[in-house]
Amino acid sequence: MNVSATAPPVPELKPGTVTKSVRDTLVVTRRNVIRTIRIPEVLVLSLVQPLVFVLLFAYIFAGSFALPGAHGPAAYREFMMPGFFAQTIAFGTASNSSVSMANDLQSGMVDRFRSLPMARGALLTGRTVADLVQNAIVVTVMILCALLVGWRAHHGVLQAAAGFGLLLLMGYALSWVGVVIGLTVRAPEAAASSNFLWLFPLTFLSNAFVAPSTLPTVLRWAAEWNPLSATVQAARQLFGNPGLAATGAWPAQHPVLVSAGWSILIAVLFRTLAVRRYRSAGA
Amino acid sequence: MAGAIHATGLVKTFGEVRAVDGVDLDVPEGGVLGLLGPNGAGKTTTVRLLTTLLRPDAGTAVVAGHDVVREPDRVRLSIGLSGQFAAVDDRLTGRENLRMIGELYGLRARAARQRADELLDRFDLSAAGDRVSRTYSGGMLRRLDLAGALVVRPSVMFLDEPSVGLDPTSRLMLWDAIEDLVAQGATLLLTTQYLEEADRLARDIAVVDHGRIIARGTPRELKSQAGGQRVEVVVAWPEQLGATASVLARFGTRGPDVDRPRGIVSVPVDGGVRLLTEVISALAADGIEITDIGLRRPTLDEVFLALTEDVPRHPVGAAAATGAAGEKE
Repeated sequence: MNVSATAPPVPELKPGTVTKSVRDTLVVTRRNVIRTIRIPEVLVLSLVQPLVFVLLFAYIFAGSFALPGAHGPAAYREFMMPGFFAQTIAFGTASNSSVSMANDLQSGMVDRFRSLPMARGALLTGRTVADLVQNAIVVTVMILCALLVGWRAHHGVLQAAAGFGLLLLMGYALSWVGVVIGLTVRAPEAAASSNFLWLFPLTFLSNAFVAPSTLPTVLRWAAEWNPLSATVQAARQLFGNPGLAATGAWPAQHPVLVSAGWSILIAVLFRTLAVRRYRSAGA
Repeated sequence: MAGAIHATGLVKTFGEVRAVDGVDLDVPEGGVLGLLGPNGAGKTTTVRLLTTLLRPDAGTAVVAGHDVVREPDRVRLSIGLSGQFAAVDDRLTGRENLRMIGELYGLRARAARQRADELLDRFDLSAAGDRVSRTYSGGMLRRLDLAGALVVRPSVMFLDEPSVGLDPTSRLMLWDAIEDLVAQGATLLLTTQYLEEADRLARDIAVVDHGRIIARGTPRELKSQAGGQRVEVVVAWPEQLGATASVLARFGTRGPDVDRPRGIVSVPVDGGVRLLTEVISALAADGIEITDIGLRRPTLDEVFLALTEDVPRHPVGAAAATGAAGEKE
């Protein structure tokens, strides 16, 4: 083993420049996407689970759920589909980012990255961008499945794209929440189980599957202001799917605005927290 | 000074535990320092402070001419770190790992690819270069990790317990690679629990315990510091161990040590080889049959035990430090 027969190359990109930050982020994103592809079981499983749920709800429960203002299993299928999109994205993203982040801490990869002259935020942003890529794949498959069980977007391609844009934006924001959790709990197993603490309330204490008006006052208020509710409501509006406009709550009246606002707020807040945690990781 | 390590009064506490408690280090350019110490002594924390992974609570450190707190990015450009547990991505191939590290150092894609190929070649990993690294053996992982630390030639290398968990063959291969590096003029700081490793690789050794440096010097100096030469006798019959000990006690500067299971009695002495003949006649006069006798310097193991045995261990405190730091020592 002759270690340095030829002169090693000299780095051309200097740390601290925007070019270097963007490239570092892309390098880390590529690494994370490769990791996902290398165990396709995980990607496949993250698709199969929501599909099973869709079929269960579409063909078993849809007959017995009553939807105010619209009737029949077909109407309930259209109603629930945006809820499923949101739920799948929330669960998939948050568990993915928190577990992967904790894994990187535990395996020593974070140390390796931190000892390199790379942009500070690149490891974290690369994580969330990779989650976004994975979400886009999952959503594409879900759309196909939804179309099969009779779901349609009624307001054209642009509005539908806007609806999915809001769903993915919410996913991106939740990915930052996952990063903070991963950096905080540090153990992948703990990260996986801690997600249920907040993901179940987030997804079920919402308008995704039930009408908030059927809930007790405090829970109703929480469900109405839930960021996920706003996103689901916005998606229903943009897709032209039956919704629950009857409540009259302000977020339900302006769902697109509230959804975008929540997602941006959550992303900014948790990104700040994540960067702070990352800086002191190990300190 | 470009390749040097210079640290003064480094302190790092985790809660109640002073993991690093006033460490001073000086490694000249091209020097090789071995940090030797038991688990939890503060070796890994010291490396993490010097490689900008942790911020010191007190003290300063300059690595490759740059302050680790004020100019961490400059330091990172000049160092290579190879960790205690090989920090390579297990789901990336060897080639992908090295390419990624090269790109993160700031190499263009093409240069990074070329460098990855060269390093795979040099570390005998070419054949496995396109295999996912989780299929590698421990020795291959260690070599890949070391290659990662050499993507841009670092002026200062940090190797944290490089051969932990390796089989003897892989260890020798790794040592060869490290010796090559040193021959090329790299400054090296190496931590180890293996005295044999420190003895072979390091020109200077600092013995660390409880976050402090309790002794330093060349391997030879440390050995003479721990009591110079010893006469060592291997007895033929275990029943004669006691009698042998009392004979040796007459020649020793301190009391003899009896290693019952191996049938060895040894004692620190002040005289030279001539003493051996006296010991042999004295033993023969008492009718003691021996199979071997020798005059030798203490091993680093004995030095190490002599230096650290007086200090009580605090396993609870050490465990707390490990938990708080998430440190792997």
